[in-house]
Amino acid sequence: MKNFALAGNPNCGKTTLFNTLTGSTAYVGNWPGVTVDKREGTYKKGAEPVKIVDLPGIYSLSPYTPEEVVSRNFILDEKPECVINIIDATNLERNLYLTTQLMEIDVPMIVALNMMDAVEKNGDKLDAEELEKKLGVPVVKISALKGEGIKELMDRAIKCSKQPRKGETVLKDSPIAHLIRDVSIALGAQKGVNAPLFHAVKLCEMDEIETKAHEELVPMVDAFKATFSDDTFGTDFEAIVADARYKYISANYSSVLERKNKAGEKLTKSDKADKVLTHKVWGIPIFILILFAIFHLTFSENLLFLNGFTESMSWMPTLEELGMDTENVGVKLLACFYDGTLYSPGVMLQNLMGWFTDLVGMGLEAACAKAPEWLSGFVVNGVWEGLASVLSFVPQILLLFLFFSILEDSGYMARIAFILDRIFRKFGLSGRAFMPMIMGFGCSVPAFINTRTLADEQERTATVRVIPFFSCGAKLPILTAVSGAILGAADAPNVDLIVLGMYLLGIIVAITSVVLMRSTTMRGKIPPFIMELPAYHKPLFKGLMIHLWDKLKHFLKKAFTVILASTIVVWFLSHFSWNWHYLSDEAMSDSILASLGMLIQPILTPIGCGSQLTRYGWVFAVAAVTGLIAKENVIATFSVLCATIAAGAGVEFEATEEGVTEIIFLIQQTGITVPALIAFIAFNMLTVPCFAACATARAELPKGKFKWTLLFWVITSFIVSAAIYLIGSWWWTAFIWLAVLAAAVTGIVIWNKKHPWKAKESVTVAEGAKEAADEAAFTEDNESDKKE
Amino acid sequence: MIKKLSEFKAGERGIIKAVAGEGVIRRRLFDMGVTPGAEVILRKKAPLGDPLEVTIRGYELTLRKTEADSVSMEVEG
Repeated sequence: MKNFALAGNPNCGKTTLFNTLTGSTAYVGNWPGVTVDKREGTYKKGAEPVKIVDLPGIYSLSPYTPEEVVSRNFILDEKPECVINIIDATNLERNLYLTTQLMEIDVPMIVALNMMDAVEKNGDKLDAEELEKKLGVPVVKISALKGEGIKELMDRAIKCSKQPRKGETVLKDSPIAHLIRDVSIALGAQKGVNAPLFHAVKLCEMDEIETKAHEELVPMVDAFKATFSDDTFGTDFEAIVADARYKYISANYSSVLERKNKAGEKLTKSDKADKVLTHKVWGIPIFILILFAIFHLTFSENLLFLNGFTESMSWMPTLEELGMDTENVGVKLLACFYDGTLYSPGVMLQNLMGWFTDLVGMGLEAACAKAPEWLSGFVVNGVWEGLASVLSFVPQILLLFLFFSILEDSGYMARIAFILDRIFRKFGLSGRAFMPMIMGFGCSVPAFINTRTLADEQERTATVRVIPFFSCGAKLPILTAVSGAILGAADAPNVDLIVLGMYLLGIIVAITSVVLMRSTTMRGKIPPFIMELPAYHKPLFKGLMIHLWDKLKHFLKKAFTVILASTIVVWFLSHFSWNWHYLSDEAMSDSILASLGMLIQPILTPIGCGSQLTRYGWVFAVAAVTGLIAKENVIATFSVLCATIAAGAGVEFEATEEGVTEIIFLIQQTGITVPALIAFIAFNMLTVPCFAACATARAELPKGKFKWTLLFWVITSFIVSAAIYLIGSWWWTAFIWLAVLAAAVTGIVIWNKKHPWKAKESVTVAEGAKEAADEAAFTEDNESDKKE
Repeated sequence: MIKKLSEFKAGERGIIKAVAGEGVIRRRLFDMGVTPGAEVILRKKAPLGDPLEVTIRGYELTLRKTEADSVSMEVEG
C-alpha cells in the first residue's frame, strides 16, 4: 500500500482533512516518549487504497521540538510516496515557510490550499495556478470542512507519487547559496545520503542533528564562515536562512493573494469577540464565570441554584415525599433527574449510568443465583462492580471533555493561556498549564490527557505530577464523610471549612511541588510562550464528536484492561483467606487484604493511622489500598469493615450512604484522633490516584518518568500528612517542621547558586526527541513484523 | 525611530529591524515569521500587562515581554 504523509502547521485544518480522507478508520497511536499523536488511516475512495499518516502540526523543521524532529525523521527515514502539505490559505506567508523547507527534501509533494472559502468570504482572491507555477509542485484548492476538492487532491497526489522529485530550494539567491550548493554536492557524493539538499541547508544552519550526523563537513561550513560577513546577521546562518525564506516568500508568493482589506484595518467578528473576551477589566471575570458554568453543569446537584443557595432555603420535595415508591425501577429512573433537587446534566448522566449498571448488576446476580457463592461474588462484586465504578465516571468525564473541546476548538483556550500566563510564569510554568490543572478538580483522567497541549516536556511532567493534588470529584465523598464525622465527634468548625481547607491544602501543595521541582530536578528556563492565537470560530459538531469518541475509546480500552485486572486482584485479596477459602463481604477481616493491611499498618504510624491504633487500625490501611481502584472505595470499604467489626464485637451499628456514622464508629472503636483523621484525608487526597488515573498518567508521561512520579506521590502525601498529624497532635513540633523546611530551602538555594544551571536545553530536547523518534521507529518495526 | 517591541503601546505599528537573543527562543521567533522586514501591529496586552498580542504576516501571535525585548522595531508613523 502507498504511504502518504500529511504535514502542515498546527491549526490549518490538518485533522479535519485527515478525518475527511480516512472516514472513521482512524486510530490514535501514541508515539512513545513524547506525547505526539501520529495517526494513521486509510483512504479508500481512490483507485487503490492509500495509507495516510497524519504528522504532528509543526511550523518548521528545526531540531528544537519533539514534534518537529518526529515529522522530519518520518519524512526522511520512512520515505512516504508523497507528502501532502496542507496550507491555511488565510495565513499564506507563515504556512509557506514550512513548505519551502519540505520542498528541499527529495520526495514527491503536493500542496493542499485549505480554507479557501474563508479567503473568498473576506473578499480576497488567491490564484492557485500562479502559486503552482511558482512553487513547482501541484497546488489543489480544497475545503477540508466541506469535503470539496478532496477527490482531485488525492488523484493528483497519486499521480505525483509515481514520479520522483528532486529537492528544490528558495535559497538560490541567498548570500550562502554557494555554500549550500557545495555542501549538497559533497553530501550527494556520500553513500546513503538521501535528500542531500535538505541536509545541506540544515548543516549550514548548524542544526544540531545534522552537525552530529555529518561532522566531517562542519569544517567546510566553518571555513566559509571565516570569509563571510553579512551586514545585518554577521555569520549567523540560521538567521540568514530564516530571513531568506521569508524574504523569498513575500517577494514571490505573496503576490498570488490579493487582499481586499489590509491586515488589521477592519474588525472581523473574531476581533470583536476577542475585544470582549480578553478585555482588560472583564477578561478575567468572564473567564471565571465560564469556568464556573462548566463545573456547575457537570457536577452540581442543584441546577442553577433553583433549590435555593443553602440547605435551609431548599423547597423542592423528594420523590418519597411525593408519595412515590422509590424501590420501583421507573421511579428510580425518574430519580436520576430529580429527587428533592434538580440535578445538572452531568449528574443526570452519571445517575443514568448508575441506574443502568445497577440493573445489569441485579440481572447478573439473578443469573448467578444458582452458582456457587464465590462465583457469583466474583462476577457481581469483582468484575461487574469494578467495571461499574469505572463506567460511573465516564458520563461526567465526557461532558467535561465536551466543554473543554468546545473551548479549545473555538479558540478561547489559547486566550485563557494568554490571560493567565503572567501568573503561571511565577511558578515556572506557562499559562497553558492552567487548563489541565483546573480539570483535575473534576477528574484527573481528562486532565492528564489535556497536558498534551503543553509544548515543553518538563512543564508537562511537572503538571502531570501535581494534577492529583487538585482534589477530584471522587475524593469529595472522603472529605465530606470524614469532616462530617469530625464535626459529630469533636468540637470542630463546620464541615465546609474543613473541606475548603483541604482543597486549599491541595492547591498549596501543588504550587509548592512545582516550585520545588523547578528548582531541583527540573531546573531550566521557563518555557517560552510564543504561540499563535487562532481566529475564533464556531466549533463543529462532527469534529467535537470525533474528539469525544477518540477519548472514550482510549478510556474504555484502559477500563477493560489495566483497571479491570487490578480491580479483580483487589477483589480476590479481599475475598479470600490465606487458606484459599472464599469469604463473604462481612468476613473481610479474615482476608489476605486485611492481613496485608496489618502488615502495612505500622508504616502509617507517622500519619496517626498506624501502630498507635491498637484495635482494628488496619482498616485505614486497607481503605487506602482499595482507594486505588477508585477513591469512592475508601468510604465503601469503611462501610463493609465497620459492619464486620460491629458483628464481631456485638455492637449495634447502622451503615449510611454518606459514611459519617462509619467514621464516628471507627473513632469510638479504634481511638483514632482528629489530627490523625485529617492527616488520613490529606494522605488519600495527595497520594497515588486511582488506577484509571495512573494508567492515563503513565501514557502521558515521557518514558521512564512514571515510576518517579509514583514515588513522588507517595513521598509527598506521606510528608504532608505526617506534618498535619504531628503538628495537630503536638503543636510545638511545628517549630521542628519549620526548621527543617527552612534548612531545606536554604540548602537548595545555596546549591543552586553554586551550581548554576547551564543552558543546554536545546540539546537535551533534541536528543530526547531523537530517542523518542528512534523508539517510535523501533516499535513500528516490531508492529510491522507482527503483521507480517 | 527605533525602539523595542516590548515598549510598544496597543495599536502601534512598525517594521522589524533586528531580532537579538539566541537559541531556541530566537529560532522559534524566526519560525513564527518574526524576521526583519515584517510589519507588526501591537494589538493588545493581556489583562495583567503581559504577554502581548501582535498581528504579524496576517495572523495573531502572542509572546511575552521578555521575548519581545529582543525584537527591535522601526516605528511607523
